[in-house]
Amino acid sequence: MQLKLDNNVSQFADEIEALSGLNLYDCYQCGKCSAGCPVSQFTQESPTRLIRLIQLNQKETVLNSKTPYLCASCSTCSERCPMEIDVAKVMETVRILASREGVKPAVKEVVNFSGAFLDSVKSNGRLFEFGMTISFNLRNRTPLKDAMLGPVMLQKGKLGLFPQSIKNKEKIKNIFNNSSYFEPKEEKKEH
Amino acid sequence: MAYGYYPGCSLHSTAKEYSMSLKAVCRKLNIELNEVEDWNCCGATPAHTTKEELGVALAYSNLVNASKQGLDNVLAPCAACYNRLKNASYAASHSPLLEKRMNELTGGKVEHDIKVFNILEFFRDIYGQDNLKTAIQKPLSGFNVACYYGCLLVRPSKVVNFDDPEDPQSMDELVNLLGAHAVEWSCKTECCGGSHAIPETDIVLELGRRIFSSAQSQGAQMIAVACPLCQANLDMRQEQINKKYKTDFKMPVVYITQLLGLALGIPSAELGLNSHFVSTQELAKI
Ligand code: SF4
Ligand code: SF4
Repeated sequence: MQLKLDNNVSQFADEIEALSGLNLYDCYQCGKCSAGCPVSQFTQESPTRLIRLIQLNQKETVLNSKTPYLCASCSTCSERCPMEIDVAKVMETVRILASREGVKPAVKEVVNFSGAFLDSVKSNGRLFEFGMTISFNLRNRTPLKDAMLGPVMLQKGKLGLFPQSIKNKEKIKNIFNNSSYFEPKEEKKEH
Repeated sequence: MAYGYYPGCSLHSTAKEYSMSLKAVCRKLNIELNEVEDWNCCGATPAHTTKEELGVALAYSNLVNASKQGLDNVLAPCAACYNRLKNASYAASHSPLLEKRMNELTGGKVEHDIKVFNILEFFRDIYGQDNLKTAIQKPLSGFNVACYYGCLLVRPSKVVNFDDPEDPQSMDELVNLLGAHAVEWSCKTECCGGSHAIPETDIVLELGRRIFSSAQSQGAQMIAVACPLCQANLDMRQEQINKKYKTDFKMPVVYITQLLGLALGIPSAELGLNSHFVSTQELAKI
């Protein structure tokens, strides 16, 4: 891969810091985060490598990486990082940033799943699993995925056939409609 | 004794045996659970990976309701809900700015300190091991159990502040107290890929395979869990794992509350032990 280095300050690392409060210059590439990451073997960019790419200002590569979507949010990386970098939050930040900037998600299934899940919560306040699974399969154009699990779950009484709804739907609507992509940050640290 | 209770969406559907067994255990032990009124979904992984504020606000909204009800503590048996509620309370208490935003978004306020408990914490610290010991009627002797904590109960430790994030002991202690034997094994806190169960099944099958082979190699006859996502993932997908990797795992994946219930002498049907994909027959015989 060709790296373009215009200057020695990474605007991208600064941008990530402004959004998440995480200082990625602290990472010295020890690889501990990737060693424990359950999904790094399935992706091209391990967490360590992704952070290095951020340091090197490779925004486009990072926003198009599959890693943040395949990240299982297990926080093993954050827990083990000797520099106390919340690597799981880096993954989340990259994913949210990609979405905010309209970058086509590198793993569409994961985004479709989140979309189906959140739509269900938005309309009822609670997740309607049965409906959500069907809606996910339709978005994904894989209508029969996991179809064999459905009947057994129904027979075992594990799937509700009707959505449950909460009373205060207005509150949920307000939360969905007015939430920002990122949380407000108290102050910005200087390097 | 009465405690606040946040069931979360899965205890109302796919994890019905978790809810059944918890309720049966609480009835037996005279523990009263007061459901958080008009609770909503905590948002789980989809919310906080889509919009940061959304993930906090959906969870926070439940703390607002609990506060209105005057609840001082809330039991969240689902590990994912537990993690999200803890996260919201941690985030708001560490940032006045964020707390203000949460009040705006939810149109309410958390007026007093509310402690969120997971199921292991609840029985260890609130109900108490000594009290449990005296209530045991049928010790589960002869069973080797792999205690599986997964990620959300113990991580990030800064936020949940519960047990050791690499080698937790609370479930092991509980299982031993019930008369069974908790095996030493290496996958206690390995991730099962729960959040990817539907969109990225291949990853989940591989992670599950690792967990089962580790448990099996240590002589475990079953895996005990405290999370509906782990349970569903490992129980429902075991057959797919066997098919894909030509393995022959037949390992029941049971909720810790089901084991607790059996030891308290509650009939297995009341604990939902017949609703698992992998047969739990051996256990039901107790
Ligand atoms: S563990 Fe921390 S310091 Fe080490 S490579 Fe990962 S992010 Fe960098
Ligand atoms: S949180 Fe994501 S990046 Fe970190 S170890 Fe888990 S799967 Fe890997």
